[in-house]
Amino acid sequence: MTDRPRIVLVVDGQRIDSDPGVTVLEACDAAGVYIPRLCWMKGVSPFGACRVCVVRVNGRPQSACTHPATDGMVIENDTEELRRYRRNVIDMLFVEGNHFCMFCEKSGECELQALAYRFGIAAPKYPLLFQPKVLDATHPDILLDRNRCILCGRCVRSSMEIDGKAAFGFAGRSLEKRLNVSSEDGLVGTHLCLEDAAVRACPTGSLLAKRHGFEVPFGERRFDDEPIGSEIEVVAVRPGSIPEIGIDADTDPRSALDSEKADAGGPSGRQGGDTREKG
Amino acid sequence: MGAEAIEVVRGICGRWNNDATRLLDIIRAVDNEFQCVSGPVLDAVAEALSVSRAEVEGVVTFYSFLSAKPRGQIIVRLSNSVIDRMKGADEIAAEFERALGIRVGETTSDKRVSLEYTSCIGMSDQAPAALINDVVVPRLSVSEVRRITRLLLSQTGTADLRTLLVESYGGGNNAHDLVRSSVDNSIRQTGPVIFADMERGSALRKALTLSPMEVIRVIKASRLRGRGGGGFPTGVKWEHTRGGDPERYIVCNADEGEPGTFKDRVILTERADLVFEGMTIAGYAIGAKRGILYLRAEYAYLRNFLEHILAERRTDGLLGSDLGSAGVFDFDIRIQMGAGAYICGEETALLESMEGRRGQPRLKPPFPASQGYLGKPTCVNSVETFCCAARILDRGSSWFSSMGTKASAGTKVLSISGDCRRPGVFEVPFGITVKELLQSCDGVDAAAVQIGGPSGRMISPSSFTRTICFDDLATGGSIMVFHQHRDVLDIAAQFLRFFIHESCGYCTPCRVGNTLLLERLDRIRQGEGAATDLDYLRDLASTLQTMSRCGLGWTSPNPVLSTLESFPGQYEKRIPLTDSRNVSAFDLQRSSSEARRITGRDSTPELRSRGESLMAGHAENEGQP
Repeated sequence: MTDRPRIVLVVDGQRIDSDPGVTVLEACDAAGVYIPRLCWMKGVSPFGACRVCVVRVNGRPQSACTHPATDGMVIENDTEELRRYRRNVIDMLFVEGNHFCMFCEKSGECELQALAYRFGIAAPKYPLLFQPKVLDATHPDILLDRNRCILCGRCVRSSMEIDGKAAFGFAGRSLEKRLNVSSEDGLVGTHLCLEDAAVRACPTGSLLAKRHGFEVPFGERRFDDEPIGSEIEVVAVRPGSIPEIGIDADTDPRSALDSEKADAGGPSGRQGGDTREKG
Repeated sequence: MGAEAIEVVRGICGRWNNDATRLLDIIRAVDNEFQCVSGPVLDAVAEALSVSRAEVEGVVTFYSFLSAKPRGQIIVRLSNSVIDRMKGADEIAAEFERALGIRVGETTSDKRVSLEYTSCIGMSDQAPAALINDVVVPRLSVSEVRRITRLLLSQTGTADLRTLLVESYGGGNNAHDLVRSSVDNSIRQTGPVIFADMERGSALRKALTLSPMEVIRVIKASRLRGRGGGGFPTGVKWEHTRGGDPERYIVCNADEGEPGTFKDRVILTERADLVFEGMTIAGYAIGAKRGILYLRAEYAYLRNFLEHILAERRTDGLLGSDLGSAGVFDFDIRIQMGAGAYICGEETALLESMEGRRGQPRLKPPFPASQGYLGKPTCVNSVETFCCAARILDRGSSWFSSMGTKASAGTKVLSISGDCRRPGVFEVPFGITVKELLQSCDGVDAAAVQIGGPSGRMISPSSFTRTICFDDLATGGSIMVFHQHRDVLDIAAQFLRFFIHESCGYCTPCRVGNTLLLERLDRIRQGEGAATDLDYLRDLASTLQTMSRCGLGWTSPNPVLSTLESFPGQYEKRIPLTDSRNVSAFDLQRSSSEARRITGRDSTPELRSRGESLMAGHAENEGQP
């Protein structure tokens, strides 16, 4: 563990300190400040495509998942303006695809659905575009439904960087851009298998394991009790780790914290520990 | 597709040493051989280059000039920019369809001819125009289409299309043996920087008497700013590129894709030497050994000519090894062909494309000056910027900075087209007013002028006293003139269609948002808009401007925003006056038409009127507290 100098960022008026050499999103995660995201995934290179994580860095819009955090940065994250724009971007993803939550196996585990709930979206405000998309059921164990694909590229990067297979890619451009597979025969012609990180990487119900439907009942699913992002916000309450400026504790949604989980986050960054690794 | 075809593919890949960074060249060659890149051919390319099939297919399907679906040996690409359509492109398309017996998007049954639309091909001063493979056919008329299609259909072999189709040559180097094109230069106004006479090598020889840092100082002192539209100080950019890795590159962005601009085409035709001279000087200044000119696919007809100029410069000792009196400077230039993608005009998308990938912009930082082509320091400048740099070294920085305005030194080359009697290329000093421009091009009855192409802005006559320069109306050079009978909302809609077609699709706001903008604009144009739609458009537009990943999404809402600002009356007059927020936006008859068609039950006239009154009543109630 090296004793690197820490850097300080100001996020929505709150001072956070961070290791250098991380992105804005990573710095905020470690400090328990949630920045909504879809195409970002731990363990693969950042992509900056969904644009849900856009923050203002010293006034300029930047995707937090790709932008390096530097000392003295002033970041706007949970502002009325950005909440509105993020909502619009999430809305766009809904109307671009065909997201029929009540019949989707992924309901309750779906990050797009969870984000919509977090942003209070009950129904999309934009007209449905219903692009024709091809469904690929060729693989014996895995179903690819492009109607639910949000082109986040998590499977593409996971297959390339974790599985070492390059089973996926993108084809076309503009609204005709689609997830492509590395075989003319469809998914079955690739080396993809059920155990691959690429299959688990899908944030929506676009890549599904066949014959494993509804194994976890509704009510016990990932986002059934807590909104998406809670797992990050929960670390925030490590006493003394976050000097706060002008935050009203009564209105802070993170006031009820699980101190056990916070403890599991490791030693306070002040002592040079890496706060990014959570238990 | 047999083993023979696979051998051909392997041969093509071998020509570029199976180098995956040359994928664009390889696929262009494969596409040229088979008229498509699909099936086993795709697999063979992927195998030869040791990349995934999906990666190769991703590139093939990204570029308009490449195809994963079979097409004819001859591809007729109809330029469908706003200007082409103003000049009768729809009639031309109809005549092509009639004469070839196919619709746009189809191929003749004998697999000989395909008919497609393509984005602006850089011929707006001689619209309507089309490309037939590499051959430009400008100034199309119905009778010209008949002549062309007769020739195409009567030929069965692989005759040289240029010899077959071109009857007479345009002026200047368009008549050169290696160009043989009927394209006109239409240079209406020459200036001292770009279109003055030049002596090959003069500027370079002067530069080589200075140290590289002195060259940069001269450029800085001239106050030269990038001509692509961004206006970044060129000397500063060169200086930044000098740091870091000693392997550095000079890139000339000749991917002139902004609809309505064509001046780079004319500069490349008449001042190629000046462009290459500027690139060589830049190479000397930043310590690069290699330069690359990225030429848009639409200008492929100029390629052999440009290669010829490069060869001459090598013979004259102006390119190659041991240049200059000290003999310590090596520099050479190659031409990289594009494949039809507007986004590649963005410098980092250009670099991606040059490295054989989908032309998707990179994130900045890192900037190309530190990590550009192949991850090495790279200086990307436009065709016109390199010309200015060469001329500055030849004539001096104070000569250059004495022209134009304080913040915008020198001259600017503009492409003017549309409703004017003298469309063409104008080299003007910065600071000229729009009004003066309209006098020069004889378009004085203009009711609207689009400055800087679809990504720029549309101004109304009250703004014609404004000036062309970096701190007022900045432009890469596209000026489109519209008279009072043009529908500015229709023009805005066409611009949006262009952006929808050209969005790379990487990020959500640009990929989806442009289509949503068009949907609402079209609704307003059809007289079905509501007053709330204007706020809806502004909210969508600001979402794109803030949340998009690159300049395409930041500027694609401009057609809507600038017409809302300059021509608000055009929107207001189409929105039916009503007290309600919703009535006009909801058409009961239309909304229920599909259901009525499926059930086979049409509503009676009484029902129809009852339905309407019900809706009106509903809306009234809604308005009450």
